Amino acid sequence: MARMKFLCDADRCIDCNACVTACKNENEVPWGINRRRVVTINDGKPGERSVSMACMHCTDAPCASVCPVKCIYPTEDGIVLHNKDQCIGCGYCFYACPFGAPQYPQVGNFGSRGKMDKCTYCAGGGGSEAPGSAEEYAKYGSNRFGEGKLPMCAEMCSTKSLLAGDGDIIAQLYEERVETRGYGSGAWGWTTAYHEDVKS
Amino acid sequence: MTAFARIRFAALLLALFCLTTAPVLAQKLGPDGAPNPTASVTNQKTLLERAPRIQGRIDIPDVKAGVLMQPAGRTWDYFHEVLLHWGAALVIVGMLAVLALAYLIMGRLRIEAGRSGQTIVRFEAFERFAHWLTAVSFVLLGLTGLNVTFGKVLLRPLVGPDAFSDISQIAKYIHNFTSFAFVAGLVLITVLFFRDNLFKRIDIDWVKQGGGFIKSKHAPAGRFNLGEKMVYWLSVAAGIAVSASGFVLLFPFYGTNIADMQIAQVAHAVIAILFIALILGHIYIGTLGMEGAFEAMGTGEVDINWAKEHHDRWLAEKLEAEGRQTSATPAE
Repeated sequence: MARMKFLCDADRCIDCNACVTACKNENEVPWGINRRRVVTINDGKPGERSVSMACMHCTDAPCASVCPVKCIYPTEDGIVLHNKDQCIGCGYCFYACPFGAPQYPQVGNFGSRGKMDKCTYCAGGGGSEAPGSAEEYAKYGSNRFGEGKLPMCAEMCSTKSLLAGDGDIIAQLYEERVETRGYGSGAWGWTTAYHEDVKS
Repeated sequence: MTAFARIRFAALLLALFCLTTAPVLAQKLGPDGAPNPTASVTNQKTLLERAPRIQGRIDIPDVKAGVLMQPAGRTWDYFHEVLLHWGAALVIVGMLAVLALAYLIMGRLRIEAGRSGQTIVRFEAFERFAHWLTAVSFVLLGLTGLNVTFGKVLLRPLVGPDAFSDISQIAKYIHNFTSFAFVAGLVLITVLFFRDNLFKRIDIDWVKQGGGFIKSKHAPAGRFNLGEKMVYWLSVAAGIAVSASGFVLLFPFYGTNIADMQIAQVAHAVIAILFIALILGHIYIGTLGMEGAFEAMGTGEVDINWAKEHHDRWLAEKLEAEGRQTSATPAE
């Protein structure tokens, strides 16, 4: 069984934010919700790198562990999905997430959070809606995965920096790149997300 | 150059040295031996060794999104799912066991002289209002708060995922809004009972006489004995701490970052659990544990004999102030 992962090759990322735009467009994400973002480290200094980050679909996902209503769970492909009907918007998944992935629409007064929204790996929702249905799309966004396609962000990446797919395959791709060009800044977030690192 | 200016100059030199050498250390050389700026990058392992979080610049106005990685999230998960679950269960079940043991050994502390039939006002209506405002909101906050930690273990299997989710959603709103009533009650209690809870010399005598737990000895006390004063001061301290951390959580990321939010949640949870244990003891002694105690906050009036046994000095002052004589039998 394939284990779906993301890998951002920071030595290729040019901070174009096409992945962010692709995600927003594909999933019709509401204003203020950012399922994917690009963070630039050492901005303007030597060794500057940009990293595209979203939900990493962790092994032993801490968000799923802390959820007080247990509405977050991993699928058999290792994709972490959640059921918005059960989410109470407590915000705990954001505290637990090592990557700042969960997003909340502001509802009501103070910091009242609405139903959590995050990257679904373009695999639809974790609720009771039929896969590929209009209801699922309205609540969770696209279900490309059900059509055998990978997430839009990685598919759109102009420099092929952002890789999505089976963990072993994308790790191998990245290792070959590091081998060929002679350097690499590592698979960002992998040790934290998957308790393993790429070999190089 | 003054000494201060010299220190400043030295610090500046050191900072410049660090700034210029750090990139050099990270610099990689190309095949021709020349520095390769493209390859010269600090990897995430080094960044995480330097700071617990990797932060950078981000294009969107959401400041907290600038944190690229915070492995501490997994640590917080461990606190919440392991340490808090077991710790809180131990504290609360432990407290209940202690109280059950106290009841089995000591039983209900009776009014030894029996009821006199004469009563005296112990708490005015407004004082009782302040107490019950705090008490009711505390119970609501406690139950809804415990639901966040223990609901998925205890309640969810009983009612099913969907019903539990609905209950938790309502519980979240109750918790958020009752907090204001609790703070109002806490302020009232702190102000109303402040003077009578200041520590006095008599508190030492009260301890020496066994705090009323040794039946042959009479422990003297004013309006509040040392035990009650401890409940007061601990409640005020815990109340302030739990309210402050609670408001940080209620206004997430209003001037706080992810680490602050995690610390606020840890503080809120730990203090709340200890607070619940304290109040369980308070509830026990005020209801089941002692005859004649509940009336004080119930009707506001206590039996004269109860007052004589537990708050003799206060009773004497109160009777004098009211110019009343009592025909009730003495306690001793």
